[in-house]
Amino acid sequence: MITFRPKPEDFMPVTLAQHEAEALTRPPISYWQDVWMRFRKNRLATIGLTVLAIMAVMAVIGPIISPWDYRTQDYGHFNEFISSRHWFGTDYLGRDIFTRLWYGTRISIFIGVMAALIDLAIGVVYGGIAGYFGGVLDDIMMRIVDVLYAIPYLLVVILLLVVMEPGLWTIILAMSITGWVGMARLVRGQILQLREMEYVLAAKSMGTPPKRIIARHLVPNTMGVVLVNLTMTIPGAIFGEAFLSFIGLGVPMPLASLGTIANEGYQVLKIHPHCMVIPAIAISLLILSFNFVGDGLRDALDPRLRQ
Amino acid sequence: MGRYILRRFGLMFIALWAIVTITFILMMAVPGSPFNNPKLTPTVRKQLERKYGLDKPLWKQYLILLDQLAHFDFGISIRERGRNVNDIIKERFPASALLGIEALLYAVSLGLAMGVVAALNRGRWPDYVAQVLAIIGASVPNFVVAAFMQWLFAVKLGILPIARWGDFKHTILPAFCLGFGTLATMTRMMRSSTLEVVNQDYVRTAKAKGLSSAEITWRHIIRNSILPIVTILGPLTAAITTGTFVVERIFGVPGLGRFYVDSIYNRDYPLIMGTTIFYAILLLFLNFLVDVAYGFIDPRIRLTRGKEV
Repeated sequence: MITFRPKPEDFMPVTLAQHEAEALTRPPISYWQDVWMRFRKNRLATIGLTVLAIMAVMAVIGPIISPWDYRTQDYGHFNEFISSRHWFGTDYLGRDIFTRLWYGTRISIFIGVMAALIDLAIGVVYGGIAGYFGGVLDDIMMRIVDVLYAIPYLLVVILLLVVMEPGLWTIILAMSITGWVGMARLVRGQILQLREMEYVLAAKSMGTPPKRIIARHLVPNTMGVVLVNLTMTIPGAIFGEAFLSFIGLGVPMPLASLGTIANEGYQVLKIHPHCMVIPAIAISLLILSFNFVGDGLRDALDPRLRQ
Repeated sequence: MGRYILRRFGLMFIALWAIVTITFILMMAVPGSPFNNPKLTPTVRKQLERKYGLDKPLWKQYLILLDQLAHFDFGISIRERGRNVNDIIKERFPASALLGIEALLYAVSLGLAMGVVAALNRGRWPDYVAQVLAIIGASVPNFVVAAFMQWLFAVKLGILPIARWGDFKHTILPAFCLGFGTLATMTRMMRSSTLEVVNQDYVRTAKAKGLSSAEITWRHIIRNSILPIVTILGPLTAAITTGTFVVERIFGVPGLGRFYVDSIYNRDYPLIMGTTIFYAILLLFLNFLVDVAYGFIDPRIRLTRGKEV
């Protein structure tokens, strides 16, 4: 048996120049590139994002490529099944379902995104102020949030829809009037943790005004959590709008959202199932993809999964 | 503990007061009145307004409203001639409550069970079944589920009544649709909660001690994983309660949810106000119960408020 005995001359110092030792072995990636890489590894999330992108594109070009208008009736072609004349058939008023579907998707996505953005704007400012200043101000602001949080949102939404002119912006306002509360809580919690960080102390010691600290140091660092919350708020608002449409409080005619189209389809479900099945699939796919993207994003951002 | 309950109770009342005030302001801000019918002569309209107290100054109407509410008196409906809102709620609520309780019971118990089974069989077929179900429940609106169930069980198989209200058989489909979303949320939450507990050191210790797996599951895993679930019970009951608005409409159930929606169409302001406040009280009270229960179940939670983080 040969035993290997290392001799002193087997070892030699690795002489690397200073710049070589500190050379980067792979190109540097930013935080968001890192998140994106991990997001892409998640199969469901990628599928969700793809479906979402397709639906968004179709929502824009769908009504354009179709020969029909979303509100014109094709007399003599009521409740028609899928054909070459009407790709997804027609509804009880002879309107082209293909056009209406993508038009409705457009409205539904618009409602979801706008409601989420309003939530974001109010929630981040409100939560940021409460979290940064703390003390009595925080106490008062959070008690207000507690009270708002305790109010069942659908009741407020329904009341608002009763007293206001029905319309697209009424729905968006109604969805966001109580929706920002969750975002405010989330941002405040994050800011409470972040404001104890050294870089905030450093900024303070250099005399940075609070407005700048909140806007430049605190809020950008909460964006990960906020983004995840956002991808969950959008389907929530779409769901909520579909729900309201179904009890007859959705966007008024001739506007159409996926919810109102499904509701109209439900009236003729037994005889012409495609009128409801098609919009129902579209709503489900839309919300499903948003949920997948949200889940994937959360996993990609979760520091516990970081190596 | 006493102080905490008192504080939560106070908060509940402030929230209730806020709802009443917001509702009042909203209703008064609308132009017109319930008596906008052009057939009414001014004299008759004045008399009607006097009858319902609408001729008084706003602040007086507001105080009268608060006084009524303090006595749990929701006033008289305008459309349903001379009927008390209280009576209407009393007549309509039992059907809604029955559906709600059935839905909550099955969704919570089945959801917990599926969540645990899925977590213990992670990566095997029960896990996939539970996850697919949870995903469907989270993304398919309940009116779509309802329509599908009606088609499957009533039209195709013909084993359950398609709608209307009667005996237990009539409650099965509506209760199922009402609880479906909750079932999905419950399964999902319980699964992730159980997965976190399964990897804890005390579970490994229990295994090392040679406890049977049934005992480990019951005494060490479920008891700990169920805790975070209690916090979401409040929002879940709220979801089920508002879900009745749609489900009752689809299945023709003579419940309060459907009536509430109808009252909105009819612009019957006292009725809208009364039902809104009734729902608000119900939901706030359920939330309150859940919060207090949470404190009892998990003694680690500091109920007296110190420094919040």
